[in-house]
Order: sequence, then C-alpha cells, then structure tokens
Amino acid sequence: MTTLQRKEVNPIAHLSPEDIEQLGRELDAIRDEILAVRGEQDARHIRRMIAVQRRLELGSRAVLLFSVFPPAWVLGTIGLSISKILENMEIGHNILHGQYDFMRDPKIHSTTWEWDSASPAEQWKHSHNELHHKYTNVVGRDNDLGYGIMRVDEQQRWAPAHLGQPLYNFVNACFFEYGIAAYDLELGRNLRTKKRRNNPEFRARARQVLHKIRRQVTRDYVVHPALALPVGFAVGNPLGALFGTMAANFVANLARNLWTHSVIMCGHFPNGVETFERTSITGETRGEWYLRQMLGSANISGSKLMHIMTGNLSHQIEHHLFPDLPASRYAEVAPKVRALFERYQLNYVTGPLVFQVASAWAKVFRLALPNRKPAREIDHSIPPRHPAEVAA
Amino acid sequence: MPVNQTSLFTRRLRNGAWRVVELITTPVVPADYLDVIAPLRNPTVLRARIEAVRPETADAVTLELRPGRGWEPHQPGQYVRLGVDVDGVRLWRAYSVTSAAGRRDGRFTVTVNAVRDGVVSGHLLRHARKGMLVHLDVPAGDFVLTSPRPARTLFVTAGSGITPVMGMLRSALPELGDVVVVHSARTPEGVVFGAELRELAAQGRIRLIERHTRADGRLKPAALADLVPDLFERETWACGPGDMLDDLQEHWADAGAAERLHVERFRPTVLVAGDGGTVTFEKSGLVVDVAAGATVLDAAEAAGQLMRSGCRMGICFKCVLPMREGIVRDVRDGKLTTATEVDGDNVLIQTCISTAAGPCRLDA
Repeated sequence: MTTLQRKEVNPIAHLSPEDIEQLGRELDAIRDEILAVRGEQDARHIRRMIAVQRRLELGSRAVLLFSVFPPAWVLGTIGLSISKILENMEIGHNILHGQYDFMRDPKIHSTTWEWDSASPAEQWKHSHNELHHKYTNVVGRDNDLGYGIMRVDEQQRWAPAHLGQPLYNFVNACFFEYGIAAYDLELGRNLRTKKRRNNPEFRARARQVLHKIRRQVTRDYVVHPALALPVGFAVGNPLGALFGTMAANFVANLARNLWTHSVIMCGHFPNGVETFERTSITGETRGEWYLRQMLGSANISGSKLMHIMTGNLSHQIEHHLFPDLPASRYAEVAPKVRALFERYQLNYVTGPLVFQVASAWAKVFRLALPNRKPAREIDHSIPPRHPAEVAA
Repeated sequence: MPVNQTSLFTRRLRNGAWRVVELITTPVVPADYLDVIAPLRNPTVLRARIEAVRPETADAVTLELRPGRGWEPHQPGQYVRLGVDVDGVRLWRAYSVTSAAGRRDGRFTVTVNAVRDGVVSGHLLRHARKGMLVHLDVPAGDFVLTSPRPARTLFVTAGSGITPVMGMLRSALPELGDVVVVHSARTPEGVVFGAELRELAAQGRIRLIERHTRADGRLKPAALADLVPDLFERETWACGPGDMLDDLQEHWADAGAAERLHVERFRPTVLVAGDGGTVTFEKSGLVVDVAAGATVLDAAEAAGQLMRSGCRMGICFKCVLPMREGIVRDVRDGKLTTATEVDGDNVLIQTCISTAAGPCRLDA
C-alpha cells in the first residue's frame, strides 16, 4: 500500500469536491432508507442470534462433559468453536457498535454488553469504534494498520525487526484475542518507560484486562475440565476427561482466533485498499469521510452463512460506511453501495475469503522487506481536500 | 452455637458454589442463559407473561398477566409500569391494576385504553396475545384506600380513570360501607367495565351515577354537589383528565375539605418536537440553552460542563448519557428520541449527534 497522496495515479482525481459532497448525500439517503425500516426484524435477528449462540454453547459444553469419548470431543469442539465465533462476530462486535441501542433493551446495549474476549468491551470500544472507525486507514492515526507490530504500508518506516513479521502475524493470529487486548492497552508503548508503566490509569486498565483473562482462562481450562471429571472417573480415565476438555477449549479458542484474524485481515489489508496521509484529514467533510471509508475497506464475497459467521464483516465496506446500522442490513444495502462505486468510478474491492486472505498475507511478506524504491513526495493537490479548497 | 455455625457454613458453601456457577458463564451471568430457557425465572429482570386477553369495549382491552420472579403484590389503586417492545423498541407505560388484590394464582390484570395516536396502547390493543412477554416493574403509586376504611366513600372518574377505582372496588367493596361512583364516559357503550358497574348498582352494592358526555356535556363540580349532597363528608378518590381534577381540587379546597380528596393524574406522555431547547444537567446543576442545530455536546462544553466524548460523529457511542425526560433530534437524519418519566430506565442518547427539540433533563 502507498498512501493515496503519494500514488503515481490518483484513483480519485476525477472527482470534484461537489462530486464528493453529492456522494455523501447519496450515502446518507441509503442510511435513511435503512433507518426508516429498522425495527422489529432487527430486534428479532439479534435476539435469535443470542438465543442460538447460548443454546449452542450450553449444548456443546454439555457434550464436552463426555469429552473422554472421541466423537463427543469432536462434536463439542466444533460446536464450541462456532459458538465462540458467533459470540464475538455477529453478536459482540455488532452490539458494541451500538447497532442495537435503538431497542432500548438494557440487556442488549453497547453500554452494558460484555463479550468472550480478553479485551474488556469498554477498552475495545475506544480503540476500535472511536479510533479505528474515525481514522480508518490514516497512517499514524489508525493503529489497526499492522496493530503496531507490523509494517503494512510503504509509508511506514522499515526496521530490521520487520523481517520477522510473518512470524509475528502468525503468532498474533493464534492468540488474536490477547493480541487485541495488548493492542488496546498500547502495551508496547506503555511498557517502554517507567513513567508510562506506573501511570495509574494504565495500571487500572491493565488490571481490568488481567481480571478478565483470569476469569476466562479459569472457565475454559479449570472449571469446565473439572466438570468433565465425573464421567472420566466413571469410565476410568479421569485424566483423559480433564485434558480432553482443556484441549477442546484450547482448540475452540484457537479456531475462533484464526477465523477472526483472517476475517479482519481481509477488511483493510488486501490489494486495492487505499491508505491516507495524516495531514489529508484535517477539516474533512462528511462526504470526504465517506469516501475514505469506501476506499479504505474491502469485502469478502460468499454465502449467507459466510456473512453470519463473519458477523457481516464480509461487508466491511458497508460496515465502515454505516457502523451503527444493524449488520444484518449490510447485504441489503450492498448492491446500492456497489452501484455508487461504479457510478463514481471507484474500486469496490471484494473477493472470496481465500483470495483476500492470501492477498493480505502476501502484503505482510512483501513489506517485511524494505521498499524497492524510495517513497514519492506527497502530492498535496490530491483530495480529500481541505475545506478551504472545497469552498473555493 | 452449632446452629449458627451450620448456617454460616451452608451460606459459605452456597456462595462458593454460586461463584463457580458465575465462572462457568463468564463474561455474562447465569441468568442470561436462564433467559433463553425460562424468562420468567430471572430474578434480576422482572417480566410477565400475558395469560389472557379480554376485550372490554371497542377500544379497551384487559390483559391478564402472570408475573415472574421479583414481583411484589400490589395495593388496590396502584399502577405498574409495563415495558412493551413496539417495532423492536422497548417503550414503557404505566397502567393501573384492575384486578382484586391478593389473588391466589398470583396473577393480576391491567386494562389498556386506546389513547389517540398511542403507540403502546394501540400496539397492545391490536397485537397482545396469550403467551406474549412484557417487561414489568413492581407496583407503585399512593392512590390507595386509607385504612381503616372510610364509612362513606365517593369515587369520581372519567374515561380510563375508572381503572384504578375498579381495582379498589374489586378488592375492597365489602369493607367499604356506603359507596357512590360517579363516572363519565363519552357514550354508554364506551363505559369501561360498564356491565360490571351496572350489575353492582343493581345489587345495591354501590350507587352508580353514569354521565355520558357526548349527550350531557362535561360534569362540573357544582353539578356534582347536586348529585351527591353529602359530598364533603365522604372520603373521595378521583381519577380522570387533568382539568377535571383541577376543578375538583379547587372545589374541595374552597370547602376546606382538601385532605379528603385523593387524586391520581395519568401523566401525559406526548412530547411535541420543536427547534432547540433548554437542557438541564441534573448532577452539575448546569442549565444550557441548545440552539436548533447545535449539538448537546458542543453546547454543554461551551458552557463549561465536563462531558464524555469520543468520535464526535455518532459512531463510537462513548458520549451516551441518560435522558430522564425530554426530546432530542438526531442532527444527521432528523430522527426524534423522547424520554418520559415513565420510561424509568432512562433513555440513553448520544450527545454528539443530538440537538434539543424541547426541554430536556439529563442525568449528568
């Protein structure tokens, strides 16, 4: 990736400031259409998802009480993996975006929801909803570009440590929820100096994370394995039951982490996605913000099941345009959004999961090495423009 | 003392076991799983199941409710708040309990009268079905019978004002000696519980004075004095439209009998949207005029109020504050959000994209 302002061919040179504002109005109109019909159907959807997930989790956990029997282990592990994916993606992520706040149900609300992830909801909302969604793909502002451990843009300075980034990325994928928690804590930056380490605010947040991790680890690796012991004793294989359940939980967590990491890599890293200079967003208008979301996100094509299992983040472009609309509506607006891309001659980046994941990984490998050519100078004439220019 | 030790031990054991159960379900609580299977068993969220739906008049319906765990019995005359999901949005309204107190089966009834343009009453009238769940709050209100019971009683009601009084009559009529009920409705058919009231009158258990306002016009206190000569010697309960109650209160005060009149006002829940408004921050005491188009966040910050904020464009939901009462407009799409006192739970609004569309009180 090279920031749009340094590219040889500017993909939005053909748009005038008026075009961009018109584009913004058309997107607002799409948003209004959904707001007008948002209601019963969306409430039913999220309640059904929660009910399905909780039943699936209870069922899988119950089956895992018999984890000493291989078929039960396989069935329970698959069920638990799916349940954990649903819980994080279609339920947690979307509720924490405030998509269902309109229901006024205090149980399903962005201010009260807590999810099965190492990162406490409150901290994640700050780094994700506030920073990532506002500053999408702005190098230096949006830390989701590489999560502070990788170089995913030519504009980021290369260091020898980046040679190892394919390995870091793989480890991060396996333990993604902990990676996200560390990222929310800005662990690297905060541990570097004594002053930062001892900052009471940082320490308080770190304690919250540790408390949450401790509870979840106890649940997955102590309590549930212990619950499987009676069956283990009954068949004379208590250790098999204990470690079998531990392994099942580990595999489910691993599967969830690999899956969410892959889906999220597809959102902003594949080829064709644009990044932006820090200076380019000063005084950004609503139309320009929309345009940046359009250019900075990528979709995954696939079936309805695929969309649900990704929490509709397969519609990353639509999600970034309308982060607070119920995610199950993205499929509905996608054709309209895509038509806008075509009319304004913009690149709608989408593709099958395997292809997109490969594209993102290729970039991780390529940028582990220094750039072949030095970066071009910033072309300040390229929009998103400063409001003074829009007015002129 | 061995007894105490045992109970302490079992209590510890129970607490410990509960902590393990909480660990099993973390990060949510055990009740969240219970909700999926048995929604009425959740001790932290009070709900009720509609067991029967009975039409009363063309635009009134009685709901028989079976409350879940956490319910407390009501006193005759009290109301309950019902939280009903209309079009996916939970809206709260207060309804008087119309059934007799102390029913063996633990159920109670409310009678819902259609309010003009009433979102919730209209929804319940059309869609309430056996098996439906509603959210519930424990009974509240001090419009209740005094004890000991008065020897002579007068009830003055109009329209849906009969509902709390019906609860009182059904609960305590045998304990009340001499009872007069003066009830106004637009037409004879429009009298809620008309048949039951007339039956009680026919049995001589109450003296019923029915007034049909479409034919006879509205009842004035002076006319009431003609109908019930010993007016001020009776303990009186009145419920109905605000101006009727104003008239009665004035009349009773003039006679020096104000303490013998008990009134219940159904709060109006209709908020009319305007442009801009005064926003009161209850905790800090700050009062800010928010001009049309300006956001609550900007206006409050300009006035020196410390505000939580994040993206300032409506996407991060960090700036949400509870609105106790008021009406706001989304500056992006013009959508209105209202909160009334009955909402109770406080409606959370995003201050960064909300402008006042009338007076608002925020819990901040």
